[in-house]
Amino acid sequence: MSSRTDNRKFKSSNRRELLKLAPVVALGAFAVPKLRMPLLKAGLGFSDWASARLFRSGHLASTFADSELTPFNEFPINDYDVDDPQVDFDKWNLTVAGAVQKPGDYTLAQIQALPRITQNTRHVCVEGWDVIGNFGGVRLSDFLKMIGADLDARFVTVECADDYYESLDMATALHPQTLLCYEMYGQPLTREHGAPLRLTIPTKVGYKQAKYLTDLKVTNVLQRVGYWEDQGYSEFYGL
Amino acid sequence: MATRAIEIENIKTGEVTEAVYEHPFIVRLCHWVNAISLFVLIGSGLQIFRAFPSFGAKIPQKDLIHWPKAFAIGGWLGGALQWHLTFMWIYIVTGLVYIGYQVFSGNYKQVLFVPRDIPGVWPMVRHYFFFGPKPPVKEAYNPLQKHAYTSAIGLGALSVLTGIAIWKPVQFSWLAWMMGGFHYARLWHFLIMWAILAFVFGHLVMVVLHGWNNFVSMLTGWKKDPEYTPKEL
Repeated sequence: MSSRTDNRKFKSSNRRELLKLAPVVALGAFAVPKLRMPLLKAGLGFSDWASARLFRSGHLASTFADSELTPFNEFPINDYDVDDPQVDFDKWNLTVAGAVQKPGDYTLAQIQALPRITQNTRHVCVEGWDVIGNFGGVRLSDFLKMIGADLDARFVTVECADDYYESLDMATALHPQTLLCYEMYGQPLTREHGAPLRLTIPTKVGYKQAKYLTDLKVTNVLQRVGYWEDQGYSEFYGL
Repeated sequence: MATRAIEIENIKTGEVTEAVYEHPFIVRLCHWVNAISLFVLIGSGLQIFRAFPSFGAKIPQKDLIHWPKAFAIGGWLGGALQWHLTFMWIYIVTGLVYIGYQVFSGNYKQVLFVPRDIPGVWPMVRHYFFFGPKPPVKEAYNPLQKHAYTSAIGLGALSVLTGIAIWKPVQFSWLAWMMGGFHYARLWHFLIMWAILAFVFGHLVMVVLHGWNNFVSMLTGWKKDPEYTPKEL
């Protein structure tokens, strides 16, 4: 089966074979400063697109026994500037706006009048650590129905007392484990953990679970995505 | 599938050497693209690891190692995640294309470690590590090489599966569960990286030891003057 050729033909055929690998050089585009960011943004965007496709509304995150809870004093406190943005609880309201039938200010008592849910779920930080916490609150979906939100809108956005801000896709906002949380470990939320109201979303990474909520809006358009997302982190980051 | 072999005649001297086509184009393309993506994934993975260099609790945090920033890619956690979540797709696609090609072309027979290769492993180990005699070379890959490359593909698959368990511990909760939960999936992912690095180290040492003709074969497909007589696979 061997055939014979001469060394010049062999060399030129080898050059052709080598040239066929030219597409590998295309990866060098990532080394070009001007192209790098758009390429990485596209890659991250594709991952976010895939994440949104992989999200299943009816699929619940694992829940855990009380014996598996991380002790409360070992539940990390993460924030981007202050542990305690000095919220005045007496004057606190959740201001609702956007595509809702009943915009306006909602008191904590109005929110707490909705069915109370407690759950032991895993909190996963983008840094890589994870803890299991006990969270109590009301379903965000119940609250959205109470305010007459347009559930076909694309996003729910929140703003916080410490100028943090976040956005959620509507599918995640309506997920049964997505809570407006006012309790941890059976006690009212402490200031460091986001009192008086925070988000708990076991299907999302930690930075999506904003604390010290002050404003909530239902919208189809995002002016900005979130504090960390706008600096280059994943926009969807569903777990 | 038959190994393509040719005789090359030097038209000046009349000298004849043999060459054998060892690596089809798809294999070579996947090899290099995957090698680059592996480099980026390990570099960015180590930068991600720097954000929480531990496998224990967050409070109190006991750091395992302080990995130097100079040996990491991405500069900061968000940047490293961009690299990681981009190149993971390239890594997965080249892996799948490679495996698909190997299976459908039959080329896998050249490299897949099968039970009949087992008796040949120890003589090769003895040769490489204990100065034993060199067993006769009969085909492109000796049994130890087949073992190494087959394991590497297995490690690659595990790196993807553990990665998915970290990226999607809720949607793929069964995968995370099989690995002992999110916490352990992260540890496996890390350990598999080191196993892959061990393979890469051994691979590079062997490439250096086996010389230029062997290296060129992963660029052009053709290995000049092979150590074995090509035969039907």
